[in-house]
Amino acid sequence: MMPSAKPPKHLKLRLPYPVAAATSQDLGPPKIETRALDFFYGDVRSLHDINMSLADRSITAFIGPSGCGKSTLLRVLNRMYALYPRQRAAGEVLIGGRDILSASVDVAELRYRVGMVFQKPTPFPMSVFDNVAFGLRLVGGIHGAELKMRVESALRDAAIWEEIKDKLHADGRSLSGGQQQRLCIARAIAVQPEVLLLDEPTAALDPISTLRIEETLQALREKYCIVMVTHNLQQAARVSNVTGFMFMGELVEIGPSNEFFTSPKSRKTDDYITGRFG
Amino acid sequence: MNRRPLRKFKNGAFLVLSSIATLMGLACLAAILWTLLSHGLAGMSWHLFTEMTPPPGAQGGLLNALYGSAAMTVLGILIGSPIGVLAGTYLAEYGKKSRLSTVIRFINDVLLSAPSIVIGLFIYEIVVVHMGHFSAISGALALAVLAIPVILRTTEDMLNLVPVGMKDSSAALGAYPWRTTLSVLYPAARSGIVTGLLLAIARISGETAPLLFTALNNQFWSTDLNAPIANLPVVIFQFALSPYKDWQDLAWAGALIITVTILILSISARVLLALLQSGRGAGR
Repeated sequence: MMPSAKPPKHLKLRLPYPVAAATSQDLGPPKIETRALDFFYGDVRSLHDINMSLADRSITAFIGPSGCGKSTLLRVLNRMYALYPRQRAAGEVLIGGRDILSASVDVAELRYRVGMVFQKPTPFPMSVFDNVAFGLRLVGGIHGAELKMRVESALRDAAIWEEIKDKLHADGRSLSGGQQQRLCIARAIAVQPEVLLLDEPTAALDPISTLRIEETLQALREKYCIVMVTHNLQQAARVSNVTGFMFMGELVEIGPSNEFFTSPKSRKTDDYITGRFG
Repeated sequence: MNRRPLRKFKNGAFLVLSSIATLMGLACLAAILWTLLSHGLAGMSWHLFTEMTPPPGAQGGLLNALYGSAAMTVLGILIGSPIGVLAGTYLAEYGKKSRLSTVIRFINDVLLSAPSIVIGLFIYEIVVVHMGHFSAISGALALAVLAIPVILRTTEDMLNLVPVGMKDSSAALGAYPWRTTLSVLYPAARSGIVTGLLLAIARISGETAPLLFTALNNQFWSTDLNAPIANLPVVIFQFALSPYKDWQDLAWAGALIITVTILILSISARVLLALLQSGRGAGR
């Protein structure tokens, strides 16, 4: 499908890696579906009737001004919000066909299937190896050579193996910021989750580390359903197959990224991506 | 009107006054250390560490008192640290804002500054009276009660310093809170918690009052936890007040040993804390 309008000027970028042009036809069956999803902080409603379906083996990016609810939406998908009092979600969120908001769902098991990486790198106070093995050891049953193999393949997938294969026993906190974040990605994918959530994964990093993480995400797209939140519009355009725009707790528009950035359907989206507000 | 000279004068006067106050404080400290060193070093010898407390007029050492102090301190910390660490964990991780936590925190602050003689009397009343005699174990219990508030407070503070993201990341991998606490939070706060333990040891190893009513003292070698036991602070107390020169010398030597031990503990605690902070700085 050809873009029906010229892309905004600031999105014309020379990309250092090829980006698969995604259209709605390319995307497979949905991995995540939300139906009439609402979210409340105490009495304040911060998500309004979110309905969407996200495909497997793709990257979906959510953009929007601060406080629009994009991080909240992410924290619903692995029920992170349940760690804090007085926060609750209503509606349905299906991951792999199962409603994760139902009371019968074990949150620990859910979070095992839905990995998450945060804005600030958070290596645990232990060696690089133990950091990556953390999730695997939680489940148990994986030891010795198999554990080593799983750790190595996670570090390879996170594109950090070559840099730190000789430093596996160094403290995870001694790595550089960008390496720490890729270590956190490796830690999240070591347990082979079905979904990977990233909450502004490069907001605390320098441009070169950001580039590395974006390349890593490109490679991971082949295996996972990735959902990310970013403040960086160019990043959303560069990395994602699908982009969603959120505003005041509502999902204003969601669609294939090339169409989204070149011919947005909503006036609000157009205003936001061309820098007229936000 | 030019007020500059007046302001300069006020500033100068303030500087002089605060310097004098500082000097007076430091001079007192130096005088104490000097007296302690000059009297204590004279009494230093190997006999201190090989012989028992002597009867008046005979030669002797402090071995039984050193052993008793060490045994009760270790036992007190062994009893106090699990309670202190676990209660601190509850306050920091589980009951952060509950009403119960507010009450516990308040009581802990009261305990932190309670006169140690009151704690000695408390243990005397609930343990010694029921056992019918003084004992090492009741001394250790009194020391444990003194150590708990220090350990509890440092544990809570140090756990609160661990970044929230670390806890969230562990939960996001499917770890239950107990697992996060054991595998992530304790290692992250380790040096801080150890510092708390060292500070607690420093706090209790010089206490005399709580031991007077509990462990009492013992002229002889004893390892029986169910019997009165010798200990440095009470020995110093008795010997220093005695009219005998030998006993007074032993009291000075004992005072020096306690002071140096506490000094070493406090310095290690500070060094550990500094390492912890620089480690955190390097991590960002």
